[in-house]
Amino acid sequence: MNKILLVIQREYLTRIQKKSFWVASLLGPILITAIYAVPIWLATQDKEVKRIEILDESGLFQMSDLVDKEVEFKLVKKPVSDLKSSFTKEGYAAFVHLPKDLLTHSKDIKIYSEKNLSLPLKSSIERVIEKKVRAILMKDAGIASEVYEKTQIEVSSETITVSEKGDETSSSSGGAMILAGVMGMLLYVTLLLYGSQVMNGVIEEKSSRIIEVIISSIKPYQLMLGKILGVGMVGLTQFLLWIVLTIGLSQVASKFYSANPMQQKVEQIKKGDPEVAKKIEDASPMAEVTKVIESTNIPLMVGGFLFYFLFGYLLYSSLFAAIGSAVESAAEAQQFTFIVMLPIILAFIMAQFTLQDPDSPMAFWASMIPFTSPINMMVRLPYGVPMWELATSMILLVVGFLGCSWISARIYRVGILMYGKKITVKEMAKWLFYKG
Amino acid sequence: MILSIQQVVKRYADHTALAGVSLEIPKGQIFGLLGPNGAGKTSLIRIINQITAPDEGQVLFDGELLQPKHVEQIGYLPEERGLYKKMKVGDQLMYLAQLKGLSKAEAQSRLKDWFIRLDIKDWWYKPVDDLSKGMQQKTQFIATVVHEPKLLILDEPFSGFDPINANMLKDEILGLKERGTTILFSTHRMESVEELCDSIALINHSQVVLTGEKEEVRNRFKQHAFEVSYSGELEESKAFDIISITPEKNKAVIKLTEPNQTNKAIAALIKQVDLFEFKEVIPSFNDIFIQVVAETK
Repeated sequence: MNKILLVIQREYLTRIQKKSFWVASLLGPILITAIYAVPIWLATQDKEVKRIEILDESGLFQMSDLVDKEVEFKLVKKPVSDLKSSFTKEGYAAFVHLPKDLLTHSKDIKIYSEKNLSLPLKSSIERVIEKKVRAILMKDAGIASEVYEKTQIEVSSETITVSEKGDETSSSSGGAMILAGVMGMLLYVTLLLYGSQVMNGVIEEKSSRIIEVIISSIKPYQLMLGKILGVGMVGLTQFLLWIVLTIGLSQVASKFYSANPMQQKVEQIKKGDPEVAKKIEDASPMAEVTKVIESTNIPLMVGGFLFYFLFGYLLYSSLFAAIGSAVESAAEAQQFTFIVMLPIILAFIMAQFTLQDPDSPMAFWASMIPFTSPINMMVRLPYGVPMWELATSMILLVVGFLGCSWISARIYRVGILMYGKKITVKEMAKWLFYKG
Repeated sequence: MILSIQQVVKRYADHTALAGVSLEIPKGQIFGLLGPNGAGKTSLIRIINQITAPDEGQVLFDGELLQPKHVEQIGYLPEERGLYKKMKVGDQLMYLAQLKGLSKAEAQSRLKDWFIRLDIKDWWYKPVDDLSKGMQQKTQFIATVVHEPKLLILDEPFSGFDPINANMLKDEILGLKERGTTILFSTHRMESVEELCDSIALINHSQVVLTGEKEEVRNRFKQHAFEVSYSGELEESKAFDIISITPEKNKAVIKLTEPNQTNKAIAALIKQVDLFEFKEVIPSFNDIFIQVVAETK
């Protein structure tokens, strides 16, 4: 036991002393923060107001019709050919040519611009024109404009999950989906990452020929177990660093965000009118995040994630270790790693479907079978999973891990001493039945 | 006996590596384990190191059935040996020493002594990658003996050593023997057998084909042949046969017709010639090795 601790210690210390560990630990949180901070930052930037000229041959538009937050319109009456040559010089981003028969030929509008028109600008222009044209058509059809205004309602729903006891929690389907996707992705990446680290560690010991000295001091399974646990702890340390650093960076980023002048304006409005304040709150992206956090059982998520990472990792890394033991170089390992990577990749592909429909039979089975359950159960968990399913899936995963590690340990103890032989899967299967 | 190997059988899928091997290795000796490649030496060494287990038979270590606790009393330097390339020499030796059951403090103090003794104090913080091959071999040797094992198993220890390091190693081996360590020494190099070993065992085709104390084995292979130099005309007699003769140098090798009748032969010789020199031809281990391996094919 003592000796396994020594192996764990060595595996752990040599890895966290590497520069690459710290680079990954720091880059991860920076990337995660950037992924949500950059769009928010961009959204809060003051937008430049674009100026657009309109040549209205239909004569339907007045200046009062042409109002938009981001676009400044100007009605002109010049020939198209003149406008073509003058609009850029006069500082307009584009000019719009509305045909005479706009009401019947609403698709014959032409927008001339020097550069390609951005999509938001194009839709801003179209929106303004559409609104006016629709109003006229409504009027012609005898519908009062008030009736039209009244029918312009927006539907928005609040999702609420109800437990068997009848407790209600306001939930967020979008948020759950994002959380599920992130956790599934994280498990996929880390299973592959740390699994292959274990494999490379085994190959290093075998190819450097230190293995024979080590296993004259400890049993091969002790070495394998120590290595797997040591690398697993490196993984957990990395998660911890990621969580702490991401929270830290987010705090810094949100400080920066609230110092933004526009955000201050919003704060002022909030103070003035509580109703408006609530609306703004609900519409902001932070509200969604808060909602997810409120509606999620955080201890269950964290506990579930750690459990599925740990046992998923143990299962796969023991198989990776077995492959590492059978080969003499990383290049030679490639043909076999595919066998182990296939179920991980399959699990990840299945997770995309589980994400869409977490209660489908496929999602159910994918979250039960030990090889695919770590990723798929983590994807299902934010949506809510019956306790018995979770418990069954966990028990099956532990059983799967014990089975895989038994197989791996038997391959490993033979493989590490096997040199100069071309190894096949059939050969490895034979090793399972070798005695001591 | 430090090691008593009894009827050990080890089978692999396609061949039998050891077919009922029995050996007694006395305490405090340097014991040579000889044999051609593929004879089963490494299989036997791995069983003693408990890397693999025998299919049949048993091994007693110091009178007890071999068990995991004994690894702390055995030091093993494999033929194919390596180190963790990226680890520092000091860290690496600390790790290996603790795996052999030394406490951290004990490992540290013993390693420091070794570093001073082999004059390599400034290596402690060097990564193994930066060491020359000779330096790595010193490091490996320290790892093998730092826990002061009762039994030291050296598989081709001199392979790849330059003469200076080989000499250092030889002195260390002899020093360890003086301090009571038993050394099991597997090699092809017969000159180191002649020089260092007290007893030998020769393994061929998975079986022990020859074992005993060095001098006793040599006596067994004596041809009762003598090298003589003389003046005069040498002819065969009843007491001896001439095996080879170089008349121009007045030298010959004779063989007694009856073992141990040396005086009869001398008497016959001095009747024929003036005898200057009469010396027994001692068989070398090289000759013995080749002869036995050929006989047991």
